[in-house]
Amino acid sequence: MTFEQAHSDQVLARVVREHAGRLAARLIPLLGDFSAAEDLVQDAVEAALRRWPVEGIPDRPDAWLFTVARRRGLDVLRRESNYRAKLTLLRPAPAAPDDRLRLIFICCHPALAPAARIALTLRVVCGLSTAQIAAAFVVPESTVAQRITRAKKKITEAGIPYGVPAGDDLPERLQAVLAVIYLLFNEGYLSSTAGRAHARDLVDDAEWLTALLAGLAPGEPEVIGLLALIRLHRARGRARFDASDRLVPLDEQDRELFDRPAIDAAAALLVRTARAHRRPGPYQLQAAIAACHAEAESFQSTDWAQILVLYDMLLHVAPSPVARLHRAVALSYTMGAEAALAELDDLGDPGGVLARYPLLHATRADLLRRLDRPAEARSHDEQALRLTSNPAQQALLQERISWI
Amino acid sequence: MKYVLMFVETERFAKELEAMGEVEQRAAYEAVGRWFADNADKITHHTHLAPVHTATTMRLRGDAEPVVTDGPFVEGKEAVSGFAEIEVADLDEALKLARSWPACPVVEIRPAS
Repeated sequence: MTFEQAHSDQVLARVVREHAGRLAARLIPLLGDFSAAEDLVQDAVEAALRRWPVEGIPDRPDAWLFTVARRRGLDVLRRESNYRAKLTLLRPAPAAPDDRLRLIFICCHPALAPAARIALTLRVVCGLSTAQIAAAFVVPESTVAQRITRAKKKITEAGIPYGVPAGDDLPERLQAVLAVIYLLFNEGYLSSTAGRAHARDLVDDAEWLTALLAGLAPGEPEVIGLLALIRLHRARGRARFDASDRLVPLDEQDRELFDRPAIDAAAALLVRTARAHRRPGPYQLQAAIAACHAEAESFQSTDWAQILVLYDMLLHVAPSPVARLHRAVALSYTMGAEAALAELDDLGDPGGVLARYPLLHATRADLLRRLDRPAEARSHDEQALRLTSNPAQQALLQERISWI
Repeated sequence: MKYVLMFVETERFAKELEAMGEVEQRAAYEAVGRWFADNADKITHHTHLAPVHTATTMRLRGDAEPVVTDGPFVEGKEAVSGFAEIEVADLDEALKLARSWPACPVVEIRPAS
């Protein structure tokens, strides 16, 4: 793929993403049928992906998509006089209110399988085609298509409502939406799929979705927390890989490559939100930790004491073994590698919760090396290598092993 | 929409219930009674099943004689202990109802017709 082609593909994806969800949000209540409306939008999206690269992106992409979906709808639903009458009445209206919040909530409904939530959100809200989703996750297109078909069937047959959850259900359902976006972001950021270390487009989609959610559901500090977290990670993106696409560990990253204005903006956004709401949640805290790393002039000047405090707060609001692992790293820079190693002991036991987590073994290896115990370090690096399928991580571990 | 809530007992829950004193047990049963009363407008029908050790399963085999065995159709640590048929607007409303269920720890929600 040439640079120009990649660039125009990106522009194409962005334009489709701006309009596909809006169209779905308008057609679903009109037809009263999520599945039928989604089919029409997907047809229009696929037509756009086929024709726009040849014919150019139209001046009014929304009207173009709308016309195709409507024509297709009238065609397919000929026999359904009910749908036909409704579609005939419909005119493109770019000023229509943004209804995509309902769309996000239905796609991220906890009654759907987690993998289906991600696929459905990407397809319905972000306007990705099934083929694009399959390529991003390196799974067969038929797998994605099947997940989406099943999810759509479940929505219809199990009576999953198309709407924003009522008051007391809202906080929990919002958490479920954030969890889907966070998974999507993680998948893109540290893709565990073979052959490609960095799936940039999914990270872009995750940031876009979070910003959309922040606009549609203002006043939710955790949404802003996730947005800041994603932006802070992205701002370090250029330093994470070297010229030959190898992963560069944090302590060796060239901080000249950090996007300082983006870091400052994300950190300021986070501070403003935290002060206004005083409700620290897991995403705000993770973003605050990411900000500590991103703002440090050098690895040596990292404020580990502050990071340790933030991990303690994180473990208090959202206890998790992975957070404990990361806290141990912060501990190693304040209390020493020995203390950190002791913290990790029960996590990595055979049968322990993180026994098969590659980062645990890589971290242990790192601590053991700092304690001048190279043979044990090597054995943990080898275990980490066996457990990861991410090519960039594999390369990094391979290099560490061959060095010792 | 019509849904059936299937109440599923776990071994642990059954043991805990057994270990309760008389007063506690009565309170637990009263909580269930109150739940049915509070949601009477949505519950169209409900059934409590006798304990799983009373179950008999028959497997029909076409022309061959059916096989009758002692016990439920699937042996496990979890067993259905009752049903409630409800009439609500959508799955979210069914989930809300299930969430307030005061007894056994697992509830399966299935659309029904």
